[in-house]
Amino acid sequence: MKSLEIERSLPRFAAARLAAVLGSGRGAGIGPLRLVEGATPELPGADWSLVHPRLSGICGSDLSTIDGRTSRYFEALVSFPFVPGHEVVATMDEPGRTAQGSVVAAESRVVLEPVLGCVARGIEPRCAACATGRTGDCEHVAFGHLSPGLQTGFCCDTGGGWSAAGIAAHESQLHLVPEAMSDEDAVTVEPLACAIHAVLGAGIDDGDVVAVIGAGTLGLLVTAAAGHLSSTGAMATPASLLVGARYVHQRRWAERFGATGALDAEQLARAVRRRSRSLALGASAVGAERLTGGADIVFDCVGSAASIEAALDMVRPRGRVVLVGMPGRLHLDLAALWHREVALVGAYAYGTEKVRGEHGPTSVRTFDLAFEAAAALGTGRLVSATYPIERFEEALAHAGAAGRRGAVKIAFDLRSARRGTTKGPTT
Amino acid sequence: MSRRPGFVLEVDRSTPPTLFWNGEGYGLERLPEGSRVIYAPEPIDALEDPIGAIRHALNNPYGDSAPLPSLLRAGMKLTICFDDISLPLPPMESPDIRQMVIEEVLEMAAAAGVDDVVLVAALALHRRMTEPELRHALGDRVYDAFAPHGLLTQHDAEDPENLLYIGQTDEGEDVEINKRAATSDLLVYVNINLVAMDGGHKSVATGLASYKSLRHHHNPQTMRHSRSFMDAPASELHTSNWRMGRLIAESGVKVFQIETTLNTDTFPSQFAFLQKREWEWNVRDRATFAASSAALAGAPTRYKRRLFHSIKAPHAMTSVQAGEVEAVHAITTANVWEQQGVEVEGQTDILTMGLPYICPYNVNSIMNPILVACLGLGYFFNLYRNKPLVREGGVLILKHPTPWEFDPAFHPSYIDFFEQVLAETTDPVLMHKQFEASYANDPWYIHLYRTGHAYHGVHPFYMWYWCAHALEHLGRVIIVGGDQKAVRRLGFSPASTLDDALEMARDVVGPSPTLTHLHNPPIMMADVR
Repeated sequence: MKSLEIERSLPRFAAARLAAVLGSGRGAGIGPLRLVEGATPELPGADWSLVHPRLSGICGSDLSTIDGRTSRYFEALVSFPFVPGHEVVATMDEPGRTAQGSVVAAESRVVLEPVLGCVARGIEPRCAACATGRTGDCEHVAFGHLSPGLQTGFCCDTGGGWSAAGIAAHESQLHLVPEAMSDEDAVTVEPLACAIHAVLGAGIDDGDVVAVIGAGTLGLLVTAAAGHLSSTGAMATPASLLVGARYVHQRRWAERFGATGALDAEQLARAVRRRSRSLALGASAVGAERLTGGADIVFDCVGSAASIEAALDMVRPRGRVVLVGMPGRLHLDLAALWHREVALVGAYAYGTEKVRGEHGPTSVRTFDLAFEAAAALGTGRLVSATYPIERFEEALAHAGAAGRRGAVKIAFDLRSARRGTTKGPTT
Repeated sequence: MSRRPGFVLEVDRSTPPTLFWNGEGYGLERLPEGSRVIYAPEPIDALEDPIGAIRHALNNPYGDSAPLPSLLRAGMKLTICFDDISLPLPPMESPDIRQMVIEEVLEMAAAAGVDDVVLVAALALHRRMTEPELRHALGDRVYDAFAPHGLLTQHDAEDPENLLYIGQTDEGEDVEINKRAATSDLLVYVNINLVAMDGGHKSVATGLASYKSLRHHHNPQTMRHSRSFMDAPASELHTSNWRMGRLIAESGVKVFQIETTLNTDTFPSQFAFLQKREWEWNVRDRATFAASSAALAGAPTRYKRRLFHSIKAPHAMTSVQAGEVEAVHAITTANVWEQQGVEVEGQTDILTMGLPYICPYNVNSIMNPILVACLGLGYFFNLYRNKPLVREGGVLILKHPTPWEFDPAFHPSYIDFFEQVLAETTDPVLMHKQFEASYANDPWYIHLYRTGHAYHGVHPFYMWYWCAHALEHLGRVIIVGGDQKAVRRLGFSPASTLDDALEMARDVVGPSPTLTHLHNPPIMMADVR
C-alpha cells in the first residue's frame, strides 16, 4: 500500500532545506520524504483500532518538516521513520470504540484526534495535564509503550494519514463523524480544534480589539472560531476582529467567517491603530507602524520573525500575542515585549476548554466544539484541492503556494486508493 | 491683438487631435466629429503696476470700510491672515501675491506704529505649510521678520487654547474661529481668488474655523445642494458661510478683506502649447509637445512628479480690491467670471476631461485616487453656472493614471479612508454617518495635523463630499488609463482607451451621444444656457 514516509537522513534534510529556498513544499522531491510500499501498522493493544484514511490534510508543520525547516527541538519528540498526516478523516477497519466510549461499526467514519498522550501510551498515573483533560500539554509524549511522537503523524509505531496502509489509533483518539457531515468538513475538524483552543485560551474580553496576522488555513480558522464562538455566546464578543491577509480570496473568506475588517496584510497595523485609537511611532523594522497602544490580543498565524515582531508592534501594553503558527529558530527583537510587558504565549493542539454556559463556565472537549463549528460554518469549503498520494510532489507544491494559487487547504484523497483492496462497506 | 474670449469649438474632419492632460503627462486624443471642445479665454492683461494697485485698493476700500491706514494705530492688535498652499495652482512665480499685499499692509502698519502684528496661515483643516512654502508665499523679508519670533503662525483647528466660540447662527450652526484673529482690533485677510468660490465670508468662516464649525457646511447635504460652488447664490456651502461670516461681523470682529484675481497665464513659456488651441500650435509647439510627451512617457513617476511640481505659473494679478467683505467679493467674483467665463449652449451626454498632476491638496505631493475623484467630480464638474455641463444621468470620462499611491506624511488618514471606508461604502451620506466622527476625533491624525504636515483626519471625507453632487447627478464615471483596482475602489469604471470609454458610455446614454470636452487647465467656468 502506498505510503509517504519521512526517514532520518541529515543529507536529505539539508537538500530539502536548500530546495525549499525555491518555495515552500519544494523539499518533497529531494528531501527526507519518499513514497514507499508501507506496511499496515501493528495495533499496540486491545483498545486500539486500525483506521483507513479517506482525506488527510497537509498542514504547515508538515511542510516545515518536509522542507527541513522544523526546529531541532522536536528531534526527541518524534521517531523515524514516520508517516506524516495528522489531519485525518478515516473509516474504521473493524468495529471499535471511540473517545466517547461508544461502539461504532466497521466502515464508520471517524476523525482522528492525533495527540499521543498518557492514555494512548498506557501510562498510569497520567500526567497532571492529561489528568485534567489538557492532552495537548502531555508531559509523556516521548514515553510509554509507544515510540516518541507528540502526535500520530510523527510516531513510527502508529502510521500516519498520508498512507493507504492505515493508521493504528487508540480509542481515545477517535471521534465519530456525523452522517450528514462531508469528508471535507471532517478533515478540517483537527485544525479547527487547534484554532478553537487558541481562541478560547487567549482570554478575549467583551469589547476587545483582536487582530489576526495571516489568513492561511490557521488564520482563517482562528477567525472563524472567534466569530462563531462569540456569536453562539460560548465566549466574549470582541468589538473588532481584524484580519491581515495577503490575498484577495483570503480576505473574502475572513469576511465570511466573521472578521469585522479583512485587510491587506500591510494595512493591518493601520486598522488596529484606528480601532484602538492608538498613537504610532513611525516605521519599525518590519515595515509596520509601531503603535503606542494597540490590539488587546494578536494571533500570529504565520510564525515568522517578521510576523511576531509585527504582532509585538501592534499589541497594546500588557496585551497578549498568541503564537498559533509554528515558529522555529528565529532572530527576534523582543525589546517591545519587555518594555510593554506583553505576554507572548503559544497555542498548541487542544484538549478540554472552558466555555461560557447558561449557569457559568463549563468544560467541553475541544473536538466536540470543533465538530459543531465545522458543521455550522462549513469549513470544508476551505479544502481547495485534493490529490492522490502518488502525486505528492504536486500536492505539496500546491500546498506550499496555496495563497498565491488562490487555495487554502490541500489534502490527500485516499478514498480510491483503498477501493478494491479491502472489503467494501457493509450493507 | 486684443484678448480673445473663451471658445466652444465643434470638432469636424479638419480638427486636429485634442490635448488631454493625464496626470504627470499629456497626450492627444481624436474626438468624434460633432463633439464640442471648450477653451478658456485668453489671459487678461496683468496690472501694469501691481504695487500701486494694491496701495490704491487699501486706500480706497469698498463698502462701509474706512481706508486701511485709518484703521491702524499704535498699540492695536493686528492679525494678518492669508490663504495657504492650496492657492494658486500651480504655485505662482515670485513674488507671490501674498507677499506683495502683505508687504504693503505691513508698511502701512509700521507707519502707524502698530507693533503687535501676527501672521496666520489660514489652513482650516489643511496641512501645515513647510518653511520653503511659507518663504515662497511671503518672501524672505516677511518670513525672517516674523517666523523667528513666533509671530508667523499656522491656524490650528485643534488647539482649544487658540479657538474662540463666537456663537450659533440662526440655523444652529456653531461658529468657532482662531482666537488671535477674533480678538484682534483688526483682522486683515489676504486672498488669492483663483476661482469664483474663493473668498468672501468663506475666507474667515472656513479658513480660520475649527472642525466643530466646519462640519456644518462640509457635509454631504450641503455639498449636494451647492450647484455649483462657483455660483455663490446657488451654493449652500456659501449660504452657510455667509451666515457664519455675518455672525462673526455682528460679534464685533472687524475684518478688512483683500481679494485679488489672477489671469489664466498658467504655464511658463517652455510649456506654452499647453494653453494654446491645438490648431494654432506652431512648429516649435508641436516639436515641444512631441519631445516632452515622449520623454515623460518613459520617465519614472518620481522624476515626472518632481519636474511638474517645480513648475511655477506666470499668473499675473488682474485686480485687487479691499474693504468690507461682501462689497469686495461681489467685484472679485465679477472679475473672476470676466477672465474665466465661457458661454456654453446646452448640456451634453458625455463630458470628458484630462486631469492634470495637481489639485489644491497635493501641492508638492502625490495625487492619490481620492484627490483624483475630488478634482474631477468635485472641482472640474462644478466649474459651471446655471446647470452642469453634463446632463443628469450622463457620463463623466476622466483621463488620469489614478495610481494606488499615497503620501504618508501629507495624507495619512487618506490611506485608511481608501482602505477601510471606501472598501465598505462610496455613499457620502452613509460614510458621514458611520465613519466621519471616528476619523475626525482620531488622536493620531490630530497629532499629525498639529505637529507634522498632515491633512486633518476628516479631510478625505470632505474630499469625497465635494463629489457628492456629481455622484448623485451622473449615470456613470469612467477613468481612462487609471489603475484598475484603484478606479474600482472609487466605485468608477476603468477603461483602457478613450474609445473604450466612449463605447462604455453609450451603454448609459444611448448610441448617438453628444460629447463635450473641458479643455482645462487653463481654468475656465462654463455658463451653461
